[in-house]
Amino acid sequence: MQDNVVLSMRNISKSFPGVRALQNVDFTLRKGEIHALMGENGAGKSTLIKVLTGVYPKDSGRIFLDLNGGLKEINVRSPHEAQTLGISTVYQEITLCPNLTVAENMFIGRGNYRLVNWRTMKKRATEILEKFNIPARATQQLDTCSIAEQQIVAIARAVDMDCKVLILDEPTSSLDEQEVEKLFSLMRDLKSRGVGIIFVTHFLEQMYEISDTVTVLRNGELVGEYEVKNLPRVELISKMMGKDLDDISAIRKRKLPDEKADTSPVYEAVGLSSTNSPNAFDFKISKGEVNGFTGLLGSGRSESVRAIFAADKITGGKVKINGKEVKIRKPKDAMMQGVGYLPEDRKRDGIVEDLSVRENIILALQSMKGFFRPFSKAEAEAFADKYIKLLGIKTASMDTPIKSLSGGNQQKAILARWLLTNPQYLILDEPTRGIDVGTKVEIQKLILKLAEEGVSVTFISSEIEEMLRTCSRLIVMRDRKMVGELKGEAMTQDNIIHMIAGEAEQIG
Amino acid sequence: MGNGIRKFMKSQLVIPLLSLLLLVIFNLIRDVGFFSISITTNNQGHRVLSGNLISIFNGASAIAIISIGMTLITSCCKGQDISVAALAAIAGSVFVSVLRSHEITIPVIILAFVFSCLVSVLFSLFNGVLVAVFKIQPMIATLILFSAGRSIAYWINGGATPTVSSPLLASIGGFIPGIPIPTPIIIMVIFLVLISLVLKLTNLGLYTQVVGINERTAHLNGINPVLMKLTAFIISGVCVAMAGCITVCRIGLINHETLLLDAEMDVILAVAIGGTSLGGGRFSLFGSVIGAYIIQALTVTLYAMKVPSAAVKAYKAVVIILIVMINSPVVKDFFIKLYRKLFKKQVETKISIKAS
Repeated sequence: MQDNVVLSMRNISKSFPGVRALQNVDFTLRKGEIHALMGENGAGKSTLIKVLTGVYPKDSGRIFLDLNGGLKEINVRSPHEAQTLGISTVYQEITLCPNLTVAENMFIGRGNYRLVNWRTMKKRATEILEKFNIPARATQQLDTCSIAEQQIVAIARAVDMDCKVLILDEPTSSLDEQEVEKLFSLMRDLKSRGVGIIFVTHFLEQMYEISDTVTVLRNGELVGEYEVKNLPRVELISKMMGKDLDDISAIRKRKLPDEKADTSPVYEAVGLSSTNSPNAFDFKISKGEVNGFTGLLGSGRSESVRAIFAADKITGGKVKINGKEVKIRKPKDAMMQGVGYLPEDRKRDGIVEDLSVRENIILALQSMKGFFRPFSKAEAEAFADKYIKLLGIKTASMDTPIKSLSGGNQQKAILARWLLTNPQYLILDEPTRGIDVGTKVEIQKLILKLAEEGVSVTFISSEIEEMLRTCSRLIVMRDRKMVGELKGEAMTQDNIIHMIAGEAEQIG
Repeated sequence: MGNGIRKFMKSQLVIPLLSLLLLVIFNLIRDVGFFSISITTNNQGHRVLSGNLISIFNGASAIAIISIGMTLITSCCKGQDISVAALAAIAGSVFVSVLRSHEITIPVIILAFVFSCLVSVLFSLFNGVLVAVFKIQPMIATLILFSAGRSIAYWINGGATPTVSSPLLASIGGFIPGIPIPTPIIIMVIFLVLISLVLKLTNLGLYTQVVGINERTAHLNGINPVLMKLTAFIISGVCVAMAGCITVCRIGLINHETLLLDAEMDVILAVAIGGTSLGGGRFSLFGSVIGAYIIQALTVTLYAMKVPSAAVKAYKAVVIILIVMINSPVVKDFFIKLYRKLFKKQVETKISIKAS
């Protein structure tokens, strides 16, 4: 077995300010193996890849690579160096030049900088295209090829550079079924030539179809390495999302709020759909309830809550707030009805990075108050001061640009933004992602405290334990559809995982 | 005190103010009397203030006013409007065409100004719609009016370059009898006060910056990015009309070919020197105004040094490269590190003195 190892990563650790992205992670890749790397958001998959390819320097740990028959320790300092060592990466977004020809894309930036011999280049490219059975011409401009073909050209380019290790980072996310098949046959071909392939994906089916081995990461830690054919789906999901199936005794059950039939829900939607969440759904939440949306990444959980907040264009449905029908067509409408929304992607949708912590905190309330009624500096400072203290936001001052805060503290500031609006219904999409454990617990406590005060909360997390600890009702989503609802006794990891896997009968 | 200095060092105004200071010191060394202001009698027989300082402030008014609109556009659209000078020619032409069809009285001047404002805002909104609704890059979107603007101005007055003369116009472009300060300076000051009031009484500053830094967040917090971008273009339209009309009053005629020619580049430069990133985001209106004064001060200095007018632009370019270089994050970081090194050493020596 040892002889076959082409790449071995030992005890890799990597931290970013406020976040431990990787902690003592081991990873082993063998010759001719397709090795899947799986985990939810923030599990550390892409960090591991970036450490391996020299995009990030590692904090500690060692990397060994098979160099001419023996494993030798390598120290990769740049993607270019990784390339020359035989570690090639094909990223999710194609990083080729769309305005050059296929042949040019295959050979650009390689070897020495002598004059280009166009004819040889074209000949070599055609050979490679034929070898991999790619239906494209060498002289064709790249953006006239389909996405799959471009993807395959990228792989061909990588493989032709004598690679030992090929990393495919979510290569299938923009491909249709046939294109995936094409890609898979190429992967099998490469496998038979002895290339070790690391396949990063979050598609279960595809992983099962093509991979030999799977390494699961969670929260920056290694969960384990498994042989795919001996790993039932249910077990895999439980490994990705939380503790082992039988280890649920530790979870504190929360008392359900008294459910009287006549209490009208705080928020109720019927047949709601948006451009990003085309399948109409019904949803309601009552006062002081904490409910959760669960499902794997891409299951539609985030899209659903975005529709509730009207973050995407609403295409249909009726909404009632406290029993009264209201029109919610844009985020401002939702805000004026007392709905708050903490987005999933803090950096892209949450923070205004160059503005101060103070300005970031008051933003939502200020926008509700109106363009012509700005808060005085004293008012804004009082608000910011109150919430910086209340949530323990660690910042040099309230005038510090929010971008210089750690991830957890940025998240707290965004939470403060919504708490300040005094919402009656707060949507928190992955509020605990990518932040340190201490802050995670604080946020969970805060959610429960809010619920006690009568605020309804919708909470989404990739970690099942967290959801079980805080939610009193869970809506399970799969393939952009709500497939079930669990509450009370039925709310167990077992049930959730089976529902997500969608094949309870077959395996259970 | 130390804290105040540190705060100042971090503010966006530090580079423009320092540059201005350097220019002043340079001029004082060169000629102690450079900034002296004297009272002279002008050809209308009024006693007025004159001197280099006055001509700097006076000459920069148009650029300074336009730079306020440009700053807002830069901040929230992450790009520049290069059609401002051409639009000023249109605004000036409309102003003159209204003036010429009536006897020039104060109400007519106001009417003409309002008219030119309206036209200018409409054209600016055209740019705004291209940028905000159709999401065309600002420089490309405004390239249309940049090339067509002066032709449109040409049609407005039937291809002529008519003159308008009236003591009333002269007092707007020059001096109001009895007041020794040039009127454009007074207008500029009033305009600045107005703008600061707007910034104080509305969320223009906050919203504009939020849209410029993170449009998605703006949307999710109930701010309409399209509306804010259009607002910036509307304000810019008003600024451009003011600058165009003041310039017409100053020279007493409209020449669609030469009115504020190449001013857009000076304006963009003023914004850049003023510390607003041309990539959008945080802005400083006062920085841009100071930037405009720096450019004008530079021009006046060069003329005072008897640099031939054809060569002035080359000299200007050299100085501007220096200013922009000092403003670059690379150089800034270097100086911050240098400062820390020096400062740390002091602390260490203090400690060692205590220890011994």
